[in-house]
Amino acid sequence: MNQRRFFVPTAMVLGFVFLYAPIVSLIVFSFNKSKLVTVWAGFSTQWYGALLQNDQILQAAWVSLRIATLNATAAVVLGTIAGFVIARFRRFRGRTLFTGMVMAPLVMPEVITGLSLLLLFVAMEAALGWPAGRGFLTITIAHITFSMAYVAVIIQSRLSDMDESIEEAALDLGARPAKIFFQITLPIIAPALVAGWLLSFTLSLDDLVIASFVSGPGSSTLPMVIFSKVRLGVSPEINALATILVAVVAIGTIISGIFLARQRRARERDMQMAKADIAD
Amino acid sequence: MSTRGAPALTKGVNRTASTAVKRISGFGLGAVWHGLRRRFRGLGRASVIGIPYLWLLAFFLIPFVIVLKISLAETEIAQPPYTSLWYWIEHKYLNIRLNLGNYQYLIQDSLYWTAYLNSVKIAAVSTVFCLLVGYPIAYGIARARPDRRILLLMLVILPFWTSFLIRVYAWIGILKTNGLINNALMALGIVDTPLVMMQTDFAVYLGIVYSYLPFMILPLYANLEKLDLTLLEAAADLGCRPSKAFFRVTLPLSMPGILAGSMLVFIPAVGEFVIPALLGGPDTLMIGRILWDEFFANRDWPVASAVAIALLLLLVIPIVLFQYNQARAAEAKS
Repeated sequence: MNQRRFFVPTAMVLGFVFLYAPIVSLIVFSFNKSKLVTVWAGFSTQWYGALLQNDQILQAAWVSLRIATLNATAAVVLGTIAGFVIARFRRFRGRTLFTGMVMAPLVMPEVITGLSLLLLFVAMEAALGWPAGRGFLTITIAHITFSMAYVAVIIQSRLSDMDESIEEAALDLGARPAKIFFQITLPIIAPALVAGWLLSFTLSLDDLVIASFVSGPGSSTLPMVIFSKVRLGVSPEINALATILVAVVAIGTIISGIFLARQRRARERDMQMAKADIAD
Repeated sequence: MSTRGAPALTKGVNRTASTAVKRISGFGLGAVWHGLRRRFRGLGRASVIGIPYLWLLAFFLIPFVIVLKISLAETEIAQPPYTSLWYWIEHKYLNIRLNLGNYQYLIQDSLYWTAYLNSVKIAAVSTVFCLLVGYPIAYGIARARPDRRILLLMLVILPFWTSFLIRVYAWIGILKTNGLINNALMALGIVDTPLVMMQTDFAVYLGIVYSYLPFMILPLYANLEKLDLTLLEAAADLGCRPSKAFFRVTLPLSMPGILAGSMLVFIPAVGEFVIPALLGGPDTLMIGRILWDEFFANRDWPVASAVAIALLLLLVIPIVLFQYNQARAAEAKS
C-alpha cells in the first residue's frame, strides 16, 4: 500500500514536469536578450517588438484567425447535427457508414487527409470549375471536415449522458421535434457547443500538414510560416510568438473552466430545488 | 404536487383533442392530414441526416476514391501531373488504362518497405511508452479528490490546446548540441563533449510520446473514473493484496480505455510528418515524410497516392478496431 501511495504521486509529478518543462523553457527564453535562444544573456522584450514588425507573420496570423473562426462556426453546426444523428437516430440506412465517416477523421494520418482533399479539389476544379484555384476557401473546407468529427464526438457523448426523458416529456406535451431541439436539447448541451467551437478553432489554428497540401500561392497560414522558419533553426521571434499563443490558450482555458464550473454548480442547485419541489 | 400532475393532465387533454379533430373531420380528411404530417416529419429527419452525410461523402469518402484512381495513373509533365485513366476512341469505345506500375515501384524499392516498417516500429514503441507514462497519471487523476480532478484534467488538456508545432519546436531548444540539456550536463561536469540528441530516432520517440500523451491520458481517465471501487474493496476483503488487485481487477477492466488511447496514439503516429521532419535526422525514415517529399519535392502525384493507399491498407485493421471500440463504448453508455 505504501509503495503505491509513493509511486502514483511521483509518476504524476514527473509526468506534469515532462508536459510543462518544454513550454516553460519556451516562455523563459522568449525574454532572452541573446539571439542564441538557449544561452541566457539578460532580460529583454525586444523579440516581441520584432514580432510586431514582421509583416509575414502578422499577415499569416490574420489568415489563420479568419480561417479558424469560419471553420469553428461551420464545424459546430455540422458536427452538432452529426453528433445528434448518431446519438438519437438509432436506425437509418447507411448508419454504419455514417458513424465510420464521422469517427475516422479523428485518427486518419494528416498526410492522407491532406493529399486526398487536394486531389479532390483539383478534380473538382477540372470538372466543375469550382473551387477556382486553392487557398483560403479550400483550407477552410478541409478544416471543417476534420473539425466537425471532433465536435460530433463531443456532442454525441454529451447527448448520451443527457436525460432523454426531458425530450420525451416535451414530445408528449405536443412540441414539434424541431422546437424540442432548439428550446430544450440545444440549451442543455450549450457547454459542449462552446467546447466544440473552441476545440475546432485551435485545431484549425494548429494545422500545418493539411493546410500545406490544400493551400495555394499567397495563402500561407501561421503554422506554414512557423514551420518554414523553424526548419532553419531556433529563432527567438518564434519563442515570443509561442509565448503569446500559450498565454491566449491558458487564459481561454481558465475562463471556460470557471464558466463551466459555475454552470455545473447552477445546474446542481436547480436539480436540488426541483427535487425539493417534488418532495413538497 | 402541481408540477408533477401537469404533464399527465396536458397529455390527456391533447389526446382527447386529437380524437375530437378526427371525429369532426371525418376519416378521410384525418388520414390525409396525418399522412402529410408524417411525410413532413420524414422529410425533416432525412434532411437532418442528409446534410452531414453529404458533406462527409463529398469531402471524406470521395477523395479516397480519387486517390485510388490517381494511384493507378501515370506521371505526366502536365497540369495536373498525371494521365487520365480512361478516354474515348472515336466516341464509341471507352478505353480504360490502369497502371499498377506505382505499386510495383513501391514493392521493388526497399526505401518504401523500410519506411513502412520503421514507421510502425516507431509508432508502436512510442505507444507503449505513452501508456507507461500516461497510465499512472490517468490513474492518479481518477483517484484524486473530485474538486482537484477538474484542475488536474485541465492541466493535461492545456498543452494539448497549445500549438502542436510549437511544442515540438520547444524540444529543439532542449535537445540540440548547445541546448538546455547539454548546457546543464556540461556545466555540472557530467559530460565533456555534448551528447548528440537532435536528429536522432531518440528525439523522434521523445517528440511522439510528448505530443500524443494527452490522447492517451484522456480516454484512460474516462475509463478509470467509472471503475466501480466496490470491486476493489471486495478484492481486499477477500485478502487480495492491492498490487494483485490492480493487475487482476483494475487493469483488465481498463482494457477499453487502453485500447482507445493506444489507437489514438498509434494510428496518427504511423503517418506522422512534423515530428520526424523537425526532430529526426535524414536517416529517420517515416512514411509520412516520404509521402510529403514524393508530393512536394518530386511532384510525383501518382506515387504519392500509391504511398497513401498502401498506408491506408496498413492502418485499416487498427482503424476498424478503434471504431468498433468507440461504437461499443457509445452503446454501453446509452
